[in-house]
Amino acid sequence: MKHLLGLKDTSKEEIENILETARGMQVILDSNIKKAPHLNGKSIVTLFYENSTRTRLSFELASKYLSSASANISASSSSVAKGETLLDTGRTIQRMGTDVIIIRHPMAGAPHLLAKHLNCSIVNAGDGMNEHPTQALLDMYTMLRHKGTLQGLKVVITGDVLHSRVARSNIWGLTKMGAEVVVNGPATMMPVAIEDMGARVEPNIKHAVKDADVIMGLRIQLERQKSGLFPTIREYSKFFSVNEETLSYAAKDCLIMHPGPVNRGVEMTSMLIDGDSSVIEEQVTSGVAVRMAILYILTR
Amino acid sequence: MVFKNIRYVSVNEDKVMDIHLDDGSDKVVDAKNLVAIPGLVDMHCHLRDPGYEYKEDIASGVKAAAKGGFVKIACMPNTKPVIDNSAVVSYIRKKAESLKSVKVYPIGAITKNIEGKELAEIGDMKAHGAVAISDDGNPVMSSSLMKKAMIYAHSFDMPVISHCEDKDLAEDGSMNEGFVSTVLGLRGIPKAAEEAMVAREIILAEYTGLPVHIAHVSTRLAVHMIRDAKKRGVKVTCETCHHYFTLTDETVYGFNTYAKVNPPLREKEDVEAIIEGLKDGTIDAIATDHAPHHEDEKKIEFQLAANGISGFETAFGLSYTYLVRAGHLSLGELVDKMSIRPLEILKIKDEGVNLTIFDPNVKFVVEPEKFVSKGKNSPFGGFELFGEVMYTVVDGRIVYTSDKVKG
Repeated sequence: MKHLLGLKDTSKEEIENILETARGMQVILDSNIKKAPHLNGKSIVTLFYENSTRTRLSFELASKYLSSASANISASSSSVAKGETLLDTGRTIQRMGTDVIIIRHPMAGAPHLLAKHLNCSIVNAGDGMNEHPTQALLDMYTMLRHKGTLQGLKVVITGDVLHSRVARSNIWGLTKMGAEVVVNGPATMMPVAIEDMGARVEPNIKHAVKDADVIMGLRIQLERQKSGLFPTIREYSKFFSVNEETLSYAAKDCLIMHPGPVNRGVEMTSMLIDGDSSVIEEQVTSGVAVRMAILYILTR
Repeated sequence: MVFKNIRYVSVNEDKVMDIHLDDGSDKVVDAKNLVAIPGLVDMHCHLRDPGYEYKEDIASGVKAAAKGGFVKIACMPNTKPVIDNSAVVSYIRKKAESLKSVKVYPIGAITKNIEGKELAEIGDMKAHGAVAISDDGNPVMSSSLMKKAMIYAHSFDMPVISHCEDKDLAEDGSMNEGFVSTVLGLRGIPKAAEEAMVAREIILAEYTGLPVHIAHVSTRLAVHMIRDAKKRGVKVTCETCHHYFTLTDETVYGFNTYAKVNPPLREKEDVEAIIEGLKDGTIDAIATDHAPHHEDEKKIEFQLAANGISGFETAFGLSYTYLVRAGHLSLGELVDKMSIRPLEILKIKDEGVNLTIFDPNVKFVVEPEKFVSKGKNSPFGGFELFGEVMYTVVDGRIVYTSDKVKG
């Protein structure tokens, strides 16, 4: 693999290889001495045009645990529209001997633009509403740890699917791995033709989660109500929040997941977030393991 | 100059003849493999001059138009400054006239600075040679101002051209809303954004009894509404562009910024409806919407990239290949859409000998890097087409000769 731009164009075999490699990385991560030589002599730069805490720290620690030289650049999103072009910034970073650029950008296709014109490897850490492949891979890795297989799992993704790159990457990845994906949320937040991507739309949360093996909430940006996508947070929670009652319709050992950060009481209740079914914190650990695996595979 | 045994095709003519040009040359060309048609007229292009000469200027634009077989072109007012007064109209006309090539007809703005607030000096622009008015790219959102513009412009016999896009419905989309936009995570522009304003213009035309011309029609429902309106006797005319009957939004895959254009490339059912509309006469004309941009405005994030396709040098080849050779239109019908109807809609007198002479049989490959336009922005690179223009004749003078027939 040269780049990781999205799961749309990643094969089932490549996904399996990443998930398998991540298992080995987890051993390093769980050990007392979190240092391995896999990225020794490699240079890795994160280039983030959007705010991020966990994804960025996760990548940074992953690269450091594997002994690479790593650096971080925060570009303000206002510099996207003016000043140096993305391509010029990318070329400058590459010229300093960088092997991998990890980019997060508010616009879909930005990582693809770099990949087309640069020689170093590009990892997409989230581009607009398009994809967030490492998030979907860590989600799948977490599911795999608990369920043993992804084949035949019923995964419900609920919330603002329209604006969600996490949802898109999960739909591509999970359907390739043989899981069934059901999406739920306000009808104004369902992208057109989403079913042609392989997900089934179920507008009623109780019907959606019936016998579900995994329920994944998506972060809702509270300012979306200003653009008329839903009336109030109160009404949103009433009809779309995942709560104890919702969970009772799901399969017995259903996992509760969320890419974070969570709006407690909006996407799901605190009782669920902190409850026995929740693997939300474990997802964070999985993220480091999966990113270690990806960086190793891309630089091998 | 004499073209011996050339096939001449017009709307109701198809004959072999000799064409004599009174241009002082005694050269005789054996033209039995060539076809001559009444010179192409582009009623919708962007020359970028004044203000954006790094994208195109009048000289480079005229040269590209001549290469594309055009004898007359009408340029849109979104220049800097905007063509919203007689001084800019005169500047463009004078600069174009000095080139002694393709005739250039400025289209003035409907409103001052294309801001949609107050009417521009429509009468004065007409007096200085503007042929129509349009706020192309930035449609007049106020329905009452649009109504007044139609009434006022009609009193000066000025055609009104509407770029139909409800900006509110389009929000900040950057491609057609559909499966492809969902897959790519790009915000979509619904077809309804175009259709809602097509509906408004039809209603205003019907209400006032006055004519309106709809620019670059791209959707199935827009074609249906215009067809129905014409049946009712509404004075609505319309154009489409070559990219709306040759490409779909799938061209955007890979975040291809050369396929970013407004209105955006639509879907298969729309392409089929556009072709149907061309066949049954619902769509009167084919325009290029030639929109040259600098490379730096396309080699960026899709959302930031400029809208538009450099179209002069591919429009005829694409139309000839995808409409005539594909069996949808006769060559005479294509001549009607690309040469005759644009003149009628813009009320430009057809004087002198104006011809486009092309090779119908030899395939050529589109190479955008070789365009003479400054704008190399084309999604058609590598397309194999028929109908390459060999000569363009304006007022009896040859203004373009292809390298393939030189010497």
